[in-house]
Amino acid sequence: MSTTPLDGAQALIKTLDDLGIEYIFGYSGGAAIPIFDALETVETKMRFVLVRHEQGAVHMADGYARATGKPAAVLVTSGPGAGNTVTGLMTAQMDSVPMIVLCGQQVTWMLGKDAFQEADIFGITMPVVKHNYLVKETNDLPKIAREAYHIATTGRPGPVLIDIPKDISSAEFHGDMNPPLDLPGYHPDEAFSIDPAAIEEAVRMISHARQPVILAGQGAMIARAGEELLELAETLRCPVTTTLLGKGVFPETHELSLGMLGMHGTAYANKAMVEADLILNVGSRFDDRIIGKPHMFGRNANIIHIDIDPAEMNKMIRPHVQLIGDAKSALTELNVRAGRLETEAWIEKLNSYKKKHPLTFRKQGGLRMQQVIQEFYLQTKGKAIVSTDVGQHQMWAAQFFLNDRPHEWLSSGGAGTMGFGFPAAIGAQFACPDKTVIAFCGDGGFQMTLFELATAAIHKLPLKIVVLNNHYLGMVRQWQELFFDNRESGVDLIGNPDFGKLAAAYGIPSVGIKRPADVSRMVAKALDYNDGPILIHAECVKTDNVFPMIPAGAALEDMITEPPKTKMAKPTGST
Amino acid sequence: MSSVITTDTPVEEPANQAVHTLSVFVNNKAGVLMRICQVFARRGFNIDSLVVSQGRDARFSRMTIGISGNPGGLEQIIKQVHKLIDVIHCFEHTSEESVTRELLLIKLKCSPEERSQALQITEHFGGKTVDLTPTSMIVTIHGGSRKVDSAIGMFSQFQIIETVRTGKVVMARGEQAT
Repeated sequence: MSTTPLDGAQALIKTLDDLGIEYIFGYSGGAAIPIFDALETVETKMRFVLVRHEQGAVHMADGYARATGKPAAVLVTSGPGAGNTVTGLMTAQMDSVPMIVLCGQQVTWMLGKDAFQEADIFGITMPVVKHNYLVKETNDLPKIAREAYHIATTGRPGPVLIDIPKDISSAEFHGDMNPPLDLPGYHPDEAFSIDPAAIEEAVRMISHARQPVILAGQGAMIARAGEELLELAETLRCPVTTTLLGKGVFPETHELSLGMLGMHGTAYANKAMVEADLILNVGSRFDDRIIGKPHMFGRNANIIHIDIDPAEMNKMIRPHVQLIGDAKSALTELNVRAGRLETEAWIEKLNSYKKKHPLTFRKQGGLRMQQVIQEFYLQTKGKAIVSTDVGQHQMWAAQFFLNDRPHEWLSSGGAGTMGFGFPAAIGAQFACPDKTVIAFCGDGGFQMTLFELATAAIHKLPLKIVVLNNHYLGMVRQWQELFFDNRESGVDLIGNPDFGKLAAAYGIPSVGIKRPADVSRMVAKALDYNDGPILIHAECVKTDNVFPMIPAGAALEDMITEPPKTKMAKPTGST
Repeated sequence: MSSVITTDTPVEEPANQAVHTLSVFVNNKAGVLMRICQVFARRGFNIDSLVVSQGRDARFSRMTIGISGNPGGLEQIIKQVHKLIDVIHCFEHTSEESVTRELLLIKLKCSPEERSQALQITEHFGGKTVDLTPTSMIVTIHGGSRKVDSAIGMFSQFQIIETVRTGKVVMARGEQAT
């Protein structure tokens, strides 16, 4: 009996299934037809989700990965299909999110000849991926898929793209389905052994600290180092602040939590950074939005930097001790040697800052986004996956939706990608069907990817899509108000649709909130409905501002906690 | 009339721009050069010289990259290059710990009367004549960059039609790997 050999596409799909990929988010097209066909001809445990735009597919895979720590796959066609993945790839790369993106491509003999839907996606995406491939041999497909998975998920994770010409995916496969990987320049295992001398030096430095702060970021999240982090903080009696992406890796309701630091972080977290005599950075890359003026940052402190990526050392800040490696391994080593520090006076001081500068918002004068966010927090008791878009609502969500568990806060940090929040929430809901998933979106960002309402509706995902509508690109408007004499330029979203009617067009029910008094009732109603997605349209105060605020490029001590009385100088720093 | 810019057009060296030589050992695969160039370009580093050739083991290639810029940025560049999946290693080599060589081809407009002087200079630099016509000659010279510079300086008493330099190749001294 002779068996028909597999074609390249079938070998590829079998490999992805074998690797444990659960979801493929994608959009078809000519060059990808053989791969889409393999989804029908190969029996797998994988589920394919047809999106409405390739950007949506990448953000869904991103949300899936942030919620689980595992990669999903994206499958798109060549040219425009592949091109539409670029923003999503950049978003994932900036925040170290694993995913595998498969692109159909023109046949090999047409490459470089401006053939229909041909684009050099290998070249285009090189700066926004951890690694990418242009496949030239059908028999290489399983090896490349396995390498891609390995690269995406180990070391500092990131997106990997595989560009697959149509003749390569269509040709007969006669190779090895499970060949050895060939990555002589890639050694992620080294991250698990950390220089013992550096550990000793860190332990010594920690033991002398009286005003220490732990700064935890995405690296701690990825390493699943939450338990070790909690143990260290409690052993040392050391306060903990997290970055935007670190939210939840240390419980924000813990007495030692200072919440989020940075440009719109809590006053007490930023003050703690200024006054600290020791900053222990666990997997944060000292982003420009948390350090303010680099040469002013932590100038009273000894700085210990734990990072799996050696290239993060000395990039923004020169630490006194470099612990290069996996955050969980590093914290485990530190926990073995850590003892209690005399920090009670320090904690008391920080508690007084907490009392003096609590996060707050005005309850009068119309509906505030903060109130809506806080109500969702209170009614879910924080037990939800929260996805956000980018802008004012994102910062308020970070401030008022406290995260006590990791992998429940999904937000585009490094790239600041508007349009991320809603599709990322869809990906997270596929990953965690039994959890409450809330997407907080601004009216601007939501309109960038709202076409995925169809995807959410078809799959009856019980998402809470919260559109916090101030009819403005609020964060830019805030900068224009504070730094540009209130000259509004290109921020007025006049012509917003009726979001309730829009949802209805997709068969999605909605609730509208206009008055502060209605918030509690409407949020309860939205949380009660779980037969599919529901859109919550909150008509909010148009010109609210996010505080605290550290103007870009200013030192952390230049933070303002309330609207300034005098005109502020234009920020000199990054963005 | 448009002016012709040649490699002989003298360029002022900008002040405090230290010269660095990197040796990069990479997978011999399509796109590797582009990945490395992007690391430099993104940070505004200009590559002054670049030599790429297949390694003794054909799975790998060796690159020697000469750049100028401030050393603070260079530490990041080396780490970022090293981080690329296709890069096996990336080292910086100082002039004390390594030898560098490059090859010069120089084409002179040279009448029979001028020829003997040109040959004298060639001999002084240990070079060779590789092409000779009644009105021109091509000379090849190899050595360190400064030697090549001074050879060009000496030849400039003739009319230099064009020059081609390979760029530097580097090798670490002693038993250390390059």
